[in-house]
Formats: sequence, C-alpha cells, structure tokens
Amino acid sequence: MIINNKTAKKIKQDFPIFKNNKGLIYLDNSATSQKPKQVIKAMTDFYEKNNSNVGRGLYLLSEKAMEEYDNARKTVAEFINSSSNEIIFTRNTTESLNLLSYVLASIIPEGRDEIVLTEMEHHSNLIPWQQLAKRNKMKLKIIKMKNDFTFDMEDAEQKITDKTAILSFMHVSNVTGTINDVKELVNLGKEKGAITIIDSAQAVSSIKIDVKDLGCDFLAFSSHKIFGPMGIGVLYGKKELLEKMLPFTFGGGMIKRVELGNAEWADLPEKFESGTQNIAGAVGLAEAIRYLEKIGQENISGWEKQLTKYALEKLKEVPQIKIYSPVLEKNAGIISFSLGRIHPHDVAALLDEKGIAIRAGHCCAMPLMKRLGLVQGVSRISFSAFNTFKEIDNLVDVLKEIEAKLGD
Amino acid sequence: METIRHNEAYKKHIIELWKNPKNFGNLISPTHELTEHNSICGDEITVQIRAKDGKIEDAKFSGSGCVLSVVSASLLTDKLKGMKTKDVKKLGKEDVKKLLNTKIHSSRMKCACLPLEAAKKALK
Repeated sequence: MIINNKTAKKIKQDFPIFKNNKGLIYLDNSATSQKPKQVIKAMTDFYEKNNSNVGRGLYLLSEKAMEEYDNARKTVAEFINSSSNEIIFTRNTTESLNLLSYVLASIIPEGRDEIVLTEMEHHSNLIPWQQLAKRNKMKLKIIKMKNDFTFDMEDAEQKITDKTAILSFMHVSNVTGTINDVKELVNLGKEKGAITIIDSAQAVSSIKIDVKDLGCDFLAFSSHKIFGPMGIGVLYGKKELLEKMLPFTFGGGMIKRVELGNAEWADLPEKFESGTQNIAGAVGLAEAIRYLEKIGQENISGWEKQLTKYALEKLKEVPQIKIYSPVLEKNAGIISFSLGRIHPHDVAALLDEKGIAIRAGHCCAMPLMKRLGLVQGVSRISFSAFNTFKEIDNLVDVLKEIEAKLGD
Repeated sequence: METIRHNEAYKKHIIELWKNPKNFGNLISPTHELTEHNSICGDEITVQIRAKDGKIEDAKFSGSGCVLSVVSASLLTDKLKGMKTKDVKKLGKEDVKKLLNTKIHSSRMKCACLPLEAAKKALK
C-alpha cells in the first residue's frame, strides 16, 4: 500500500489507541510502536481459543498452541531470511544481547580478547559487553562517530583487528536516526575473523532485513517496535554457532534428558528457551509481521522519508533549533534536536499540553549524549506509517510557542 | 477519553521566576553547601546555606536544570531563610507542591524535589 496523507489516516484507524485518546499526536514511535487491532485480536484469539502450554500437552489444545508457536517462529524466520531453528525467542533486544554476552565466551577463539562497539550504542548494546569485559578481563574498543552522525570507517579499520573477538553495533541509531552501513562493518569484522552482532531494534520497522545478505553471525530485535506486543524479542544466530554455544538459562523445556547429577540439552531452538514461553507474544509478533508486510516496509520507509524531509525543512522555522540527525538519505525517520537552553523535559512537557507525545532526555545513550555535548539530552521525534504532514505543522507551531514562552 | 491533559505546570508565575529566578548565585561564606544531580535529565542544582545558631540566615542556589527544578530552587531558598535548620528535614513533596502552587505531574516530581534534596543533604 502506497502511503499518502489519505492512506496514512486510514492506517491510523487500525490503531485503537487513537480512538481512546482523541487528538493524540504520537511522535514517539521509536520508543515503542502503537499496536494495530489485528495484532491485539490475534493475541486475544490465542487466549480465548487455543491457550495451553506447548511442548508438553498431549491433547488437541496443546497441539494447536504448539502449531501456532511454530508458525510464529516460521513467520519470523522468513521475515529475515533465516531458518526456524536459528530463531530464539527472548523478551526483547536487550535480553537477546545479554544472552549473547553470557554465552559467547565459550565460542571465542583463543588469543582474541577485544570487544569492539561504537560511540552510538544504546545502553543495551554497551552495558552487557562492559560486564563481559570485566568478567573475562577483555578490552573494550569504541569506534568513533563522525560529525555527520555516521561511523568513522577509518577508525573502524584501525580498531577491528586479529584480536577482535566480538564486533557488535547498532543498525539504526535510536538518537540520530542514522542508517548505518552495517554490511560494510560486518565485512570488516569477518575479514578479521570476529563474531559479528547487529542490534537491529530500531531498523526492522522500515528496513528489510536479510541475514544471509548481511552475513552477520547474530542479529537482535524487539517485537514492540514493529507493531507487535511488548515482552517478546528475537535473537537470530547462525545455526553452527548456536549449536556450539551453551544455553543461557536452564530449566524445563530446554532439555533432552535429565538425571539427578546431569542434563543433556535439547536441540535448537529449544536449547535457548527454558520455562514456559510467551506464546501469545509470539503469535502477536507474527501477526505484526504480516501487518507490516501487508503495508510494506518499503512503503513505510518511503512515507517516513517524506515526513522526515518535510520535518527537517519545517523545523528550521523554529528559532534556536539545532538538529542532531543526518541528512535525509541516511535517516530512518528519527530527528533529535535541542532548543537553545530550554530543557528537553520542558519541551516534552509543553508539547504534552497539546497532546503531542515525544521523547526527551538521554534516550538510553548517555555516552552518545556526552559525545554530542548534551548533558540534558535531546528532544526526539520519530515517525510511523500513520503520521501526517499536518501533525508536523502542529508540532512546529507548538515548538515556536515554547520558544516564545521560554526562549532567551 | 481524552489524551490532552491540561497541564498547569507552566503558569505565568512559574515562567516569570524561571526567567528571573530569585536567590540565584553564590553566598560569600556558606556554612552548608551541596550539589545534587539528576543523571536522568542532566539537572544539577547547588544549594548554599548560611546558618547561625541553628537558624538559616541566607540561602542561594546555582546550576542548571529544567523550569521546574530552577523555579523550585528559587522558591525553596526563599522559604529556607529564617527557618530553623532542624525543621528543613521535615519538608517533603507536599511542601514543594505548595511552594510551586501549580499542578506537578508524577513524571516531573523528581525535578521539582531536586533542590529540596540538595538542601536536606547539605544540612545533614
């Protein structure tokens, strides 16, 4: 579906949140996406029609639930061009990355003790690695960001070496909206024999992911940023690596055989999914993927580009505004800005008075804020399929009012 | 249901104080001083107090923050003057709300209470 002002409004009708919050202008889609009624219905249907535990019941209901869970995994696998046994369900991107940080050590080749990240990382792709580095006496190396908000590839070439054990970086920055050249970075890592990990949390809603084409070893994303429910996320991993790795959590569902003193692990993907899983979440995620594919990621990104182009131009009308996002070609529909000495929290609170929801603060990227010289953080807007040009006009009008009210 | 909450936090008296806060600056010889940070929003407020015989003679603040933390600091330092130091610890959220005389939403209470936290810790 090609999105324009008319179809965007039609898409908006799929989201009950707007019926229940009249006048809401939601420009915080990067924090979490709103949920279409199709996704909510799929989850309600599961609970009302097929609810039971999976992998252990021998009755019809349990088989139905198992089938739904398997199908959901298949949908996710096809969505990113992988196989079902390479898809591990987790709680979210953060848990996917934490899982890796706990079990990767067992497959790191000897003589490699460096973890390479970038200045742009969300805390979820920084702190787990800081902790691994502390636990295993490894060294953290950070690839710099250039002033145009893209990775410094020359610096990357310097920092990725034969000592690099792990190279982990974000696909799209949740602060600047930069679409990173992930394929090039993966190639740099692979040339040096590093384990490559992509945090695609912010990318999946508008960028088609093909893990075979990207060539990465692991990739993580969350359901809640792509119209799916909260509490379920995905870790993709290459089969041969997942097979070599030890499980992350232990208990029911992840074993083949247990004796009092020992246990044997289940095959993939169950090996990494202990305890009762979030079946309804997986069902909701699968429906969200179908919803996303029905509109088309390319159509969503096309529309977001139009909105971003308009907003980047329109925002210039606000005195004292400073933008912290790259040029349109490299932007995934996220714009961060500061407004003179006005605190981002005041900006957000005053926009809230007019029913406009934006993110304000450090956006879980304190080191990046420091790099940008912004102790108080930024104000951030992020688009989705249902946003319109008129909403941007409203935003800019209110920003001008705020500037007049609080500006110097 | 309605989304737009008619936020009353940014009333005229608040904006005026934000633009021209009272007691902003440094005391010449403070007896108590503390800087309180809110790492979440980068706010940093320093409260300075000069007390004699258990009574606060003067109070000032410096630093930077959002409207609510700055205005709260301005009003609080006014209130502190003349107070007994031992009574400061009795002040709480409700007193801050009363000082600001405006509606503070739960997500902003931390900003509004930052100066009081600084004053309490300074007098500990």
